[in-house]
Amino acid sequence: MLFASRNFYCLGIRTYQLQRDSLSRSIKLSASATMAFRHKNTRRIEGLDSNVWVEFTKVAADPSIVNLGQGLPDISPPSYVKEELAKAAAVDRLNQYTRGFGHPPLVKALSQVYERVCGRKIDPLTDILVTVGAYGSLFSTIQALIEEGDEVIIIEPFYDCYEPMVKMAGAKPVFIPLRYKNNGNSASSADWVLDPDELANKFNSKTKAIILNTPHNPIGKVFTREELQVIADLCIKHDTLCISDEVYEWLVYKGNKHIKIAMLPGMWERTVTIGSAGKTYSVTGWKLGWSIGPQNLIKHLQVVHQNTLYTCPTPLQEALAQAFWIDYKRMDDPDCYFYSLSRELESKRDRMAQLLQEAGLKPVIPDGGYFMIVDVSTLNVDLSDVDEKEPYDYKFVKWMITSKKLSAIPLSAFCGPETKRQFEKYIRFCFIKKDSTLDAAEVILKNWNKQTA
Amino acid sequence: LPLVKASNSLSLSLQAKMSRPVQAQRLEGIDKNIWVEFVKLAANYSTVNLGQGFPDFPPPDFLKEALVRALSGENHMLHQYTRAFGHPPLVKILAQFFGKLLGRDLDPMTNVMVTVGAYQALFCCFQAFVEEGDEVIIIEPFFDCYEPMVKMAGGTPVFVPLRLKAPKDGKLISSADWQLDPTELASKFSEQTKAIVLNSPNNPLGKVFSRGELELIADLCVKHDVLCISDEVYEWLVYDGKEHIRIASLQGMWDRTVIIGSAGKTFSVTGWKVGWTVGPNRLLQHLRTVHQNSVYHCATVAQEAVAQGFQRELELYGKPDSYFIQLPKELQQKRDWLVQSLDAVGMKPIVPEGTYFLVADISGFKSDVPDVPDSDEPYDSRFAKWMVKNKGLAAIPLSAFYCGAHKNNYNHFIRFCFAKEEATLKAANDILQKWKQEKTSP
Repeated sequence: MLFASRNFYCLGIRTYQLQRDSLSRSIKLSASATMAFRHKNTRRIEGLDSNVWVEFTKVAADPSIVNLGQGLPDISPPSYVKEELAKAAAVDRLNQYTRGFGHPPLVKALSQVYERVCGRKIDPLTDILVTVGAYGSLFSTIQALIEEGDEVIIIEPFYDCYEPMVKMAGAKPVFIPLRYKNNGNSASSADWVLDPDELANKFNSKTKAIILNTPHNPIGKVFTREELQVIADLCIKHDTLCISDEVYEWLVYKGNKHIKIAMLPGMWERTVTIGSAGKTYSVTGWKLGWSIGPQNLIKHLQVVHQNTLYTCPTPLQEALAQAFWIDYKRMDDPDCYFYSLSRELESKRDRMAQLLQEAGLKPVIPDGGYFMIVDVSTLNVDLSDVDEKEPYDYKFVKWMITSKKLSAIPLSAFCGPETKRQFEKYIRFCFIKKDSTLDAAEVILKNWNKQTA
Repeated sequence: LPLVKASNSLSLSLQAKMSRPVQAQRLEGIDKNIWVEFVKLAANYSTVNLGQGFPDFPPPDFLKEALVRALSGENHMLHQYTRAFGHPPLVKILAQFFGKLLGRDLDPMTNVMVTVGAYQALFCCFQAFVEEGDEVIIIEPFFDCYEPMVKMAGGTPVFVPLRLKAPKDGKLISSADWQLDPTELASKFSEQTKAIVLNSPNNPLGKVFSRGELELIADLCVKHDVLCISDEVYEWLVYDGKEHIRIASLQGMWDRTVIIGSAGKTFSVTGWKVGWTVGPNRLLQHLRTVHQNSVYHCATVAQEAVAQGFQRELELYGKPDSYFIQLPKELQQKRDWLVQSLDAVGMKPIVPEGTYFLVADISGFKSDVPDVPDSDEPYDSRFAKWMVKNKGLAAIPLSAFYCGAHKNNYNHFIRFCFAKEEATLKAANDILQKWKQEKTSP
């Protein structure tokens, strides 16, 4: 009898005869002792077990630490959003299953909002899929459209899940960094750009998709029309799909406009656009997101969805639908939450930038999103004695958490292996925080130089 | 000249690309879904929906109150991300509760993981442990998602049927009369067998596997070093004083079993989509890897409320006020009512030992829906569609729970869900009575 190599570990003996009552206890016991090898994980998840969040959210969970790390608001969601959830949960049938691809009132509301934004017809049943957060949309899109043999272009720094998701689908991530163009003025996210020739060289016949994130996490860059056109031209030329992660679409600051790449000529049919309730309404814990695109792409995401979790929670979808109607009706009004949140965050952004500058740091002012990156090498904190093979920014953040009681996220977590060195002097702060949190950060930053002097 | 060459090769590779389908191969053969079709039919035609499995009665008050408390409290952070592998209050109480049931010390951080319904728990198991070259044994009839999930993971499903033993004269068939043939089961295990999926209590039949039957499966798992994915979502819904036995508590099984549970079924809130896995860290670590790379977090506020629900049940465990005692008591009555209803009109029910499903033999009603020779569609599927369109009564064909090759083996049964208000079951009875009268009157 031939044994598969993986079975060889177990004593070298495997019996396959039918032994019912005569199966001896000792064989049972020895089989259980050596069964570790057989229950290996699949290849698709090999090497995907570590995760920056699991590491840093644990460390920052200490309430005495001012947490500007993980991207979650500590401000309250708007009261009407919370009220709608209470109302929805009080309706008995809204506590049972709803339509798998998206609760009808929600997909209807989404189609209305986005028809307005996009200026094109969006069919709520065929062009939209509701998922468990934008995260779930990314997963559904990648599982639906990406496989072994494919290459996927990822712009660095990138929201960290893109790389493992592409790998889990069996495909090869191809990285291209945003590069800082030093023009002498105070750093803005707009100074970080793609080199068009470098980008063009990344495309080949295997390129199945490019993942775009605008507004960008972590830098806060809002891609301009011209920059999007460069990407679009390449997508069309190489018949490449575009996965456009636009979760921060409403968080765009003065002087900037969020442009949807799907609206550029030739792009609707090849783009899946992803949005997030968590980021739109400051309810990250609701874990609702959506994918919008042409039926011929969305239908495949729906197949993934029906074979992974089937349906998303009903009361949350109902509440979200109602919240969207409230804001849809006032999309011409500056009080619409889509715009008021952005204004609120702009002043927090400016305050955060000022605090960092006063501490002698040079933050990159974001044009969008609620993150800000800063070069900490200017502080000259010597961590060479820290006996770790970790990049500098990991060591810095851990040191900052323990000695300054302030947390952030190291930027090299958002980079491919080749560029980690380039970005290891940056850390990322989240500023969607209430005033008291920013006050506490201010105290730490003001005292920073005093302590290290 | 080089320019022309370059553009030629570009257009050739473009042509090659455009001739390939845009979707990934892993979706092959898994695009069809019975629910999409039957849920739509029920929505369009049914006046009485005993099809899809969800209660039409309200969730228990204590759970609704728990959610209200969570929402009205000071802590608005319940609207933000919680711990990815499970909201701490929930994993703690699950570890306590299931630790008690299994007689083990469970670590909430490593022996429990919360998922988006039991559905996502199943997905994590297949993605974590099944790949090309692996076989997975599935007992028919089965909850329909097992097969496409195994296929999506690149695995090969191997089916083994529960077989109906000759019914005793005059007695109603019980789900206990559907049994595995031990020799047949053993023959399904091969070198390639990575896992077996067990669903007890079983959807759609309602079978509650006995200790002897579980030992049979356990022995084979141990002997062949196979994983057991144990879908126990209906664990509390067992009738007639039967006991739900957890296979993980059998000799040699804890280390190779992932137990799957569901708040939706436990607390009658299918729309909350909160599920969990319980098992050894050695297995759960890989589920965590899949989870953190697919959905990452589950909604916080529902987890908070479910945690409080379990807290209450832990305190009331074994007492008459326990929802885990009240709910099966109520459902047993509904079961008996529906059994009577069906039996009275000539649809022969298989009395379920558990779950809130009941399968009935509709051979007696065949005159209404004549056989169509050479039809692709199994008889029971045509019957169920005819029934919902013409009688307004929705049910699910049993063939939906069989693999393609076996869909015609048991094609004269339909599945009813009886987790319904008395009014709904009465209305179903009215339809059935009227139907029978129409058949018997000249």
